[in-house]
Amino acid sequence: MIFFWTDILFFILLLMLAASIVRTRSKEHLRRPWRKVARSKSAMVSLTVLVFYFGFAILDSIHFHPTEAQNGQGKFKTEAISLLDWWASPLRLQVEKTYSAPFATTAFARETIRGADGVPRRAYPRLQYGGKHLADPENEKDSDILQTAGKGIAHGLLAWLVLAGLLNVARSRAARMPYIQCGKEMLQGNTEMPWQAMLLTLLLLLVLGFGLGELSLKYHVFGTDKVGGDVFFQSLKSIRTGLLIGTLTTFITLPLALALGILAGYFRGWVDDVIQYIYTTLNSIPGVLLIAASMLLMQAYMARHEDEFASLALRADFRLLFLCMILGLTSWTGLCRLLRAETLKLREMEYVQAARALGTRQGNILLRHILPNVFHLVLISVALDFSSLVLAEAVLSYVNIGVDPTTESWGNMINSARLEMAREPVVWWSLSAAFVFMFALVLAANLFADAVRDAFDPRRAE
Amino acid sequence: MIQYLIRRIFYAVPLLIGVNIITFVLFFVVNSPDDMARMHLGQKRVTTEAIAKWKHERGYDLPLFNNDKEEGIDQFTETIFYQKSVGLFLFRFGRADNGDDIGADISQRMWPSLAIAAPSLIVGLLVHISLALMLVFFRMTYLEFWGVALSVALMSISSLFYIIGGQFLLGKLLQLTPISGYDLGLNALKFLALPVIISVIAGIGSGVRWYRTLFLEEVEKDYVRTARAKGLSETTVLFTHVLKNAMIPILTGVVVVLPLLFIGSLLTESFFSIPGLGSYTIDAISKQDFAIVRAMVFLGSALYILGLLLTDISYTLVDPRVRLN
Repeated sequence: MIFFWTDILFFILLLMLAASIVRTRSKEHLRRPWRKVARSKSAMVSLTVLVFYFGFAILDSIHFHPTEAQNGQGKFKTEAISLLDWWASPLRLQVEKTYSAPFATTAFARETIRGADGVPRRAYPRLQYGGKHLADPENEKDSDILQTAGKGIAHGLLAWLVLAGLLNVARSRAARMPYIQCGKEMLQGNTEMPWQAMLLTLLLLLVLGFGLGELSLKYHVFGTDKVGGDVFFQSLKSIRTGLLIGTLTTFITLPLALALGILAGYFRGWVDDVIQYIYTTLNSIPGVLLIAASMLLMQAYMARHEDEFASLALRADFRLLFLCMILGLTSWTGLCRLLRAETLKLREMEYVQAARALGTRQGNILLRHILPNVFHLVLISVALDFSSLVLAEAVLSYVNIGVDPTTESWGNMINSARLEMAREPVVWWSLSAAFVFMFALVLAANLFADAVRDAFDPRRAE
Repeated sequence: MIQYLIRRIFYAVPLLIGVNIITFVLFFVVNSPDDMARMHLGQKRVTTEAIAKWKHERGYDLPLFNNDKEEGIDQFTETIFYQKSVGLFLFRFGRADNGDDIGADISQRMWPSLAIAAPSLIVGLLVHISLALMLVFFRMTYLEFWGVALSVALMSISSLFYIIGGQFLLGKLLQLTPISGYDLGLNALKFLALPVIISVIAGIGSGVRWYRTLFLEEVEKDYVRTARAKGLSETTVLFTHVLKNAMIPILTGVVVVLPLLFIGSLLTESFFSIPGLGSYTIDAISKQDFAIVRAMVFLGSALYILGLLLTDISYTLVDPRVRLN
C-alpha cells in the first residue's frame, strides 16, 4: 500500500462525511431537512449517480505497488497503481499506436503495409488489440458487438436483481411487512423515498456499466487518443481528479470561512473591520489571475526542490493538492460574508443573549450556540460550489494552470482533443467522452445541490 | 453627495494597498528574482553571472525593501519594492521580459477585449432577462418546468464545449463565420459575431436561473398584489412594476463588471485568437513572464475595486431609498 497526500485527505473527508451521517441519524431536528431531500425524486436519482462516481473515485484512491504478475510484462514497475488501474488492467495495458475510432478494428490513418505477396500498398492496418479476436472484422463485428453487449447487459440485470432483492429484504425486515407487498410498493413508487426512480437509475447505470465494461475488454468503446491510450479508461480515471477538486477544496474554505465569518459577526468592532478588509482585498483580485500567479510560483517552487518530488506521480499529486488549496483560497470569501451576516443576526437572538447573561464562556457560545445554527449555510454553499469547481478544473487545465498534464482529467482530455477537430475526418470521441462523463456528474451535482438548498434554506421552507 | 464620494474613494485606497502587498509578496518574497531568472535561463547549469546579468537587465538586482548602499531618500527608492510595486499605483507597469512596454501593450490591447466583452454583456443581458421574464410570465405551467430544467442542463455543460461546439458548428460545418481571428474597423464585425453568440448561449443556463429568482422574489411582494387587485393585466404588472423594481439588483450586478470588460475573457480570447488582454495574460502565463502577470493582477483588482465604487454610487442613483450615510 502506498498513500498519496490527496488519497489521505480524501479518505479523511469521507470519514468525516460518514461521521456526520451517523450523527445526523441520531438527532431528529437534523434529520428533518434531509427527509425533505430524500423525498425529492431528482435529488435521489442524482445521489445514486453521485454514489456511483464516488465509488470509482474511491477505487482509484487506493494505491499500491504492483507485483510483476499484476502488471503484465513488468511495465511501469516503479509507478504505484490504484485498485481501479489493477481492475481495469486490460484497458490500461492495451495501448494502440495512435488514434482509432470507437469500436474500430482498424487504425484511423492509412499506412503502407506489405502484403503477403510482398507488394506494398496503402491500407488501414488492423489494430493491435481492438477486435483482434475477429478473423473477418467486416462481417463478424456487428454481431459480435451485439453478443458481447448482450452478455454485459445480462450481467448488469443480474447484479441489479441481486441488489434490488437485498434492498427489498432489508426494507421489509425494517417495516415488518411481507416481501411481496414491500417489493410491489417499491416498484409501483408508493414509498416515501422514491425507491422506484432510484432503482431505475441503478438499473440504467448497471446495465450501461456492465455493457460497456464487457465491450471494452474486446474493443475501445470510446476509441483511443493520440498515443493510443483507451479513452474510456481515461474518462474513468478522470473521475477521481474531478471529485477531488470538488471536495478537497473544502479543507481550505470551511475552516477559513467558518472561523473568520463567525468571529467577524460575533465580535464586531475592529475584528470585523480587519476580517472584512482581508476578504474584500482577496476578493478583488480576479480569481483566475490569482490562480495563475500561484501556479507559476508553485512551478518555481517545484523546480527548486526537485529532489523532493522524485517520481512523476508524486509531482502530479502535489500539483493537484496545491490546485485544490488555491481554489479554496479564492473561493472562501463568499461563504465568509454569508456567515458573518448570519452571525450578526444570531448574536442578537434571545437564546444567545440568555447564554451570555448566564455567564457562558464566549468560546462555548460560539461553538454550541452559533456554529450549529449557521451550518445550513455551509452545507448549501458546499453543495452549490461543487459543480462549479468541477467545471473550473476543465477551464484551468485548458489555460495550463490546472492539474499536471500527466494527470488524467477531463480538462486535459478536452485540451488535447480540441485541436483534432480540424482533422478530416473529425476525431470526436475524446471530446464526447469527456462531455458525457462531465455532464452527468455536474448535472447530478447541480440537481442535488438544488434539493439541499430547498430543504435547508429557511426562506424556502413551507 | 460629494462628501460621500470622497469617503468611498478613501475606502478604496487601503484595498489597493492590500492588493499591491499581496502581489509583491507573491512575486518577490515567496519567489525570489533568482528563481525567476533560473526559470527563464533553464534550471540546470546556469552560471551565477548569467543570473546576475538577467536580473540587472530587468532591474531585479536591487534589495527588496531597504538599500543600505544609497543615501537619503534613495535608500527607499532604489529598491525592488519602490521600483516595481509602487509604480503600479500610477499605472507604470514597467517592461515585459522581452523588453516591451507593458503599459503601451495594455492600452493597445484593451480595445479588442472591450469589443468582445461589451456586446456579449449587452446582448446577454437582453436575452437572459427576456427569457427569465417569459418563464416568470408562464409560471406554474409546463413551460416553466421545462424551461428551468433546460437551464439546469445548460448550466451543467462546461464553457469549453460551448466554444468548441460553436466553432465546429457555425464555423466549420455551416461556414457562416470565420472560426477565429480579428481585424480592425468594420471588418471586425464578422469576427466578433461568433464569440458573442457563443458567450450569450453559454451564459443562458445560469443567467436565466439567476434573473428568474430575482423576478420571483419581486412577484411575491405586496405592491404586486396591489397592482393585480387594481385590475391591471399580468403583462402590465410584470413589465412595468416587477421589471422596474428588479432592475435595481440587476443594474448593480452589472455595474460591478463594467470596468472589468477591459480585461476581457481569458478563454474566449485565446480560443478565437483575439489580440486582447485576456490572450495577453494567457501568453504571459505560458511564457512565465512574471512582470506581465503581476501587472494584470494589479490592473484587474484595481478595476474591480473601481466597479465596487461605481456600484455604491449607482445604488444611490437608482434607488432613492438608499441613504448616503
